[in-house]
Amino acid sequence: MAGMDVMIPDLFELDQKLSTEETLIRDTVRDFVNDKFLPIVADHYEAGTFPMDLIAQVADMGLLGMHLEGYGCAGTSGLAYGVASRELERGDTGLRSLVSVQGSLAMFPIWKWGSEEQKQEWLPRMAAGEVIGCFGLTEPDHGSDPSSMKTTARRDGDDWIINGSKLWITNGTIAQVAIVWAQTDNGIRGFIVPTDTPGFEAREIKQKMSLRASATAALFFDDLRIPESLRLPDAIGIGAPLGCLTEARFGITFGVIGSAIACFEAARSYMGQREQFGRSLASFQLSQQKFADMLTDISNASLQSFRLAEMKAEGRATAVHVSMVKRHNVRAAIDTARTARSMLGANGISLEYPVIRHMMNLESVLTYEGTEEVHTLVLGQAVTGISAFRG
Amino acid sequence: MNIVVCVKQIPDPANPYSLDPETHYLNRPHEQVLDDTDRYGVEVGLQLAAVDEGTVTLVSMGPAGNMQGVRQALAMGADKAIHIDDAGLKGSGALTTARILAAAIQQTGFDLVVAGTESTDGYTGVVPQQLAELLGVPALTFAKKVDVDGSTITINQQTATGYNVVTSELPAVVSVTAGVVEPRYPTFKGIMAAKSKPVETYSASDLGITDTSSGQSTVSVTDATEREAGEKIEDDGEGHLRIVEKLQELKVV
Ligand SMILES: Cc1cc2nc3c(=O)[nH]c(=O)nc-3n(C[C@H](O)[C@H](O)[C@H](O)COP(=O)(O)OP(=O)(O)OC[C@H]3O[C@@H](n4cnc5c(N)ncnc54)[C@H](O)[C@@H]3O)c2cc1C
Repeated sequence: MAGMDVMIPDLFELDQKLSTEETLIRDTVRDFVNDKFLPIVADHYEAGTFPMDLIAQVADMGLLGMHLEGYGCAGTSGLAYGVASRELERGDTGLRSLVSVQGSLAMFPIWKWGSEEQKQEWLPRMAAGEVIGCFGLTEPDHGSDPSSMKTTARRDGDDWIINGSKLWITNGTIAQVAIVWAQTDNGIRGFIVPTDTPGFEAREIKQKMSLRASATAALFFDDLRIPESLRLPDAIGIGAPLGCLTEARFGITFGVIGSAIACFEAARSYMGQREQFGRSLASFQLSQQKFADMLTDISNASLQSFRLAEMKAEGRATAVHVSMVKRHNVRAAIDTARTARSMLGANGISLEYPVIRHMMNLESVLTYEGTEEVHTLVLGQAVTGISAFRG
Repeated sequence: MNIVVCVKQIPDPANPYSLDPETHYLNRPHEQVLDDTDRYGVEVGLQLAAVDEGTVTLVSMGPAGNMQGVRQALAMGADKAIHIDDAGLKGSGALTTARILAAAIQQTGFDLVVAGTESTDGYTGVVPQQLAELLGVPALTFAKKVDVDGSTITINQQTATGYNVVTSELPAVVSVTAGVVEPRYPTFKGIMAAKSKPVETYSASDLGITDTSSGQSTVSVTDATEREAGEKIEDDGEGHLRIVEKLQELKVV
């Protein structure tokens, strides 16, 4: 199909704002995804497995904890983390989730609230991919309302005894360490739990129809005993895990743009090549409206994310900003994916094309890291000053 | 071992190319990327240097732009870069390019020069051989495997039917094919550190070269003829016979 002479889908030339380092990081991740990941992702998706042998390469590039300073981390800008997330998720949400969970949910709390010894012990090995982490906040009975969690940590001399369970934990079955959030007599606290501790069990969640190329687990803690030295000393209250989520959501706002771009490009090339009624599918007005809507969605999402990155760099991005962009961008991406799905006709449901994979994955992204409804209520509260969460 | 790797910054092949209508020179944007074929040369250089703690020096000629392409090669792990940027060199042919590169390489000193077989934007494919001649050392070309043992270099030279084993003493120039090694991805730490690696910039006259005339000019440019559509054979169960007939007509079976 004859293209326009503007860069599509980066209509507003936002990538031109990237520094040379950020551009090289983008290109490195893009090359890796094109060369190593895209050729194998459909098979892994069908089999319900994550390509474990890629983790070492992901770590070698420096993707794990890339935006953290020191302790073996690359110390890149937030914007670099954003565009890397976008390129990873152009491959698959599962790949981006592995990196998000490791960097923002498992390494970040240690980096932010851990003791110096904890940082020295865990972060370099996590950056190197020798230790994979997971983040246990959600429970079977407590999702959107994590502060009501039932998992408990009870002090016993110099130790803590943890009991309870967590559900929907990304990387749970492949992790060597879990950041577990639990109720104590003094409120919610965070613990660094090596997964080989007696009393720890991770069971894989089967029969998922979304994020199939990603390990998701249920975690069980049965009188699990760990020393006080594995408690995150500065993580006090529910604000600590929510702070991790704000970090991860920032990357997600960029990530889903990658999914949307993959779907948009697939639809553009498919419609440009296929004819019905003796004409290119791309020539029908209804198709063109779909392209216009998709391009607008992708552009709006990118504009919001790039501005969010600027405000984050200036230290002015709040949870409200992040809620708005997470809510907007995931909705934009899922709409784009569903539209692209329709444009590919029957091929739209085949894993031979990336579209159905992204469309199904985005259902998870709509739910995890704060559901769309929860972010709606955050914005509603910001506008009205009234919390609609509870009665 | 002192290893010099020749690298070129080229317009991103993902974007459409354009030529200056007057001079027929390639328009070079501010952002140019590392020529993909040079990633192989850099990787060969890095692997050889790792054996005996040698150094890898990049040599590149062309407009600096934002230096993204050279920085990418530095991010892979090269130690330093020499960059020749001179408006007078615009549109220079292969031989002028080789003269400039040779002068820069001579000045910095070398045991081995590594280059790709040809650049993706120019496709002349003669610079490595010219370079060897100008440096007065042997050219080992089209290497799909490179080994250095002491002061001896041995390559497997790609041929139409297989490969030749070619050996020479160092110093030498070797040109490597894509696939000789698997180029590493730059690490993010490498990307951040590349900013502070030394890059020396020279003009042609700094290297003692005053005559930069290219000795060639592009007279006209025409589009490549489009390939004709192939013949479709519908398979009604006998399709394979038609294919065999076709192959026999072409005398390939
Ligand atoms: C693939 C995947 C990976 C995940 N990975 C992790 C992980 O690594 N770590 C982790 O801790 N969690 C993880 N999660 C869990 C995720 O964060 C939760 O699923 C999410 O917080 C929602 O909780 P829930 O599923 O219990 O839904 P619920 O909270 O029960 O919500 C059900 C529905 O009710 C709505 N709802 C809830 N409360 C309100 C309200 N006050 N007003 C209006 N509507 C409301 C919700 O928006 C939703 O539509 C993952 C989930 C998935 C699907």
